[in-house]
Amino acid sequence: MNEFFASISWHRLKALCYKETLQILRDPSSNIIAFILPVVMLFIFGYAINLDSNAIKVGLLMEDTSPEARQFADSLFGSKYMRICSSPNRRDLEQRLTNGRIRGFIIVPQDFSEKLQRPGSIAPIQVVTDGAEPNIARFVENYARGAWLHWQMQRALARGENASPRIDLQPRFWFNPSAESRNYLIPGSITIIMTVIGALLTSLVVAREWERGTMEALLATPITRAELLLSKLIPYYGLGIISLLICVAIAVFVLGVPFRGSIFMLLVVSTFFLLSTLGLGLFLSTTIRNQFNAAQAALNAAFLPALMLSGFIYEIRSMPLPIRLLTRLMPVSYFVTALQTLFQAGDLWGILIPNTLFLVLASAFFLFLTARATRRRLD
Amino acid sequence: MKDLFYRTWALIIKELQTLLNDPQGRRILILPVLLQLLLFPFAVTLDVKNNTIAVLNQDSGSVSTELMQRFSQAEAFTHFIELHNEAEMRRTIENQNALVVVYFPSNFSRQFKSGRPAPLQVILDGRRSNSGQIVFGYIQEMVQQYTDEQNTAAGRPPLSQLIVRHWFNPNLDYKYFILPSLVAIITTISALVVTALSVAREREHGTFDQLLVSPLTPEMIMIGKAVPAQIVGAVQATIILTAAIFVYRIPFEGSLILLYTGMFFYTLSLVGFGLLISSLCSTQQQAFLGVFCFMMPGTLLSGYTSPIDNMPGWLQALTWLNPLRHYIIIVKSIFLKDASAGFVWLNILPLIAIAALTLTLAIWIFRRRIG
Repeated sequence: MNEFFASISWHRLKALCYKETLQILRDPSSNIIAFILPVVMLFIFGYAINLDSNAIKVGLLMEDTSPEARQFADSLFGSKYMRICSSPNRRDLEQRLTNGRIRGFIIVPQDFSEKLQRPGSIAPIQVVTDGAEPNIARFVENYARGAWLHWQMQRALARGENASPRIDLQPRFWFNPSAESRNYLIPGSITIIMTVIGALLTSLVVAREWERGTMEALLATPITRAELLLSKLIPYYGLGIISLLICVAIAVFVLGVPFRGSIFMLLVVSTFFLLSTLGLGLFLSTTIRNQFNAAQAALNAAFLPALMLSGFIYEIRSMPLPIRLLTRLMPVSYFVTALQTLFQAGDLWGILIPNTLFLVLASAFFLFLTARATRRRLD
Repeated sequence: MKDLFYRTWALIIKELQTLLNDPQGRRILILPVLLQLLLFPFAVTLDVKNNTIAVLNQDSGSVSTELMQRFSQAEAFTHFIELHNEAEMRRTIENQNALVVVYFPSNFSRQFKSGRPAPLQVILDGRRSNSGQIVFGYIQEMVQQYTDEQNTAAGRPPLSQLIVRHWFNPNLDYKYFILPSLVAIITTISALVVTALSVAREREHGTFDQLLVSPLTPEMIMIGKAVPAQIVGAVQATIILTAAIFVYRIPFEGSLILLYTGMFFYTLSLVGFGLLISSLCSTQQQAFLGVFCFMMPGTLLSGYTSPIDNMPGWLQALTWLNPLRHYIIIVKSIFLKDASAGFVWLNILPLIAIAALTLTLAIWIFRRRIG
């Protein structure tokens, strides 16, 4: 390893970095990736990904139109999370649910008020949801339950029956009092953007040199392995950090996500994350040596796992054990945790230290792999 | 006419050979599909399972003990932590050792029994507010069941009951949602990359000029590029479909013919985008970026990562241009809801429009660039 670094000539390295930077700046497509793509992506993420189902269309069928039943309906119309649309018959509701026009429906059966009056019998309310959208279905269930509980409480109060024991549940969302999913999804999406910029750009750079034959020309010069590697790393690192700062600025000033941590920790965490993804991209590029295949491999090895396995949307703790272990091997999952904490909670060392340590290890690992795969020979 | 057909056929064969003769290329078309098929159905879930609940109990009565017992036995929580003071509570949430802390104040049981509303604080990690909301729903249900039981025992049975049914997916299993969507998502990458990058590769290697001086017209070249991509897409989709039905045991309710008809127009619209991208690009890197610039918003605006219903109106309008959105609706509704032919064709129409638009545009740009 010592030999590896001792072989570096700073003069040559500077020249190579300069060449690489010029190549980036002159290629309009690289400019697009580095400066325009992150902004566009962040806006799409910011507006497109929202798990808070706040205006769900829910159908309502009133088979019973007594005052009691209407009081219950009022509590549904009062919920600000559901948009209730009345319907004349069950057939119509079923049709609309199947076609995805409504996400659930509620039925107040004919004998509702009658059963409510008669002691010993229970007046049922039916709730049907569209299970093809499981997250929305859960929200429909929860909102319907909330409205139903509210109606029962109102009814008891109105009749002066406050004797039945109740538990008053008080939810408190720490760090994010209004429980807005955007506040953690946007920091999460920055990690995806960084993965893309890091892995996709670098996955092409070495392969391109091989394909175009410029690698041969490069190897004919006195350049060493370390110089080759660093010259591919440093310019893209710079590019990554600039895009990161652009993303954070947009997230905070345009999309209004609170940032409670320190810029210093943001830079530390991001540096090590970028080194590990750049390392992954370079590794794929160096071993595959073919842009067409390297690009597909990078898309499959970086973008999709980042989207699915990083814990950015789908919670890692809910996954089965083998997959949990697998996500623990992926740098992006640590970066997601670190960024979500930095944005929402601040510099919490209990979270930041272990996650940063892992990112350091991961970047060392991928860079070591790339260094080993980098050959100074043509075969 | 026969000649035309024969030439195009020869080009299709040649394209398939370039695609499949290289073992590395073959692996890249199949391995990721299998890997994703193995991982994603387990990983992609907004359910809350295996989580940790912590309890800070400053009450010494029987009600809190009973409720604690019930929380710790709930399916969502496999770990249970008992806390002793508020400092511990703060650390537990901060360091994400638990998703939720339930805090019983000192006179909780007494208040409950005396008939006054007993306050129960539920502290959730806002960094994971979706899971928090789901867990809060679980806790609400457990608490309500407990109060109902207590009231029934005291001779005050509940007046009303909420009967909840989840259609098409009774247990709200996320796999029912993810596998049909994967048919669309995984197919997208290969179909796009194969069309967009294969033209760019020919350009970079200079073989595109050779194609142009051959008797093939630009339209025939396009068909030659389109058909192999559609075949790759259909094969991958079939693999996923088979696994979904026979390995993951998701009940397939609808018509296979409708599904494959939809798939034909879906891959055609993807090919349209792929050719459009390649007509604008001159290198593989640019083409690849083009694919990514399509793929990313395509995935996010498809209703797969988060529901289209939750997006602002202008963005919902934009998703109409996204072939993924239509195909995911088609696959899901055929798969789970046995959708009628009328409904499916209603969703195929936008795909036809998208394919027509992108293909025409691509041919027009091609002709201008070589003209």
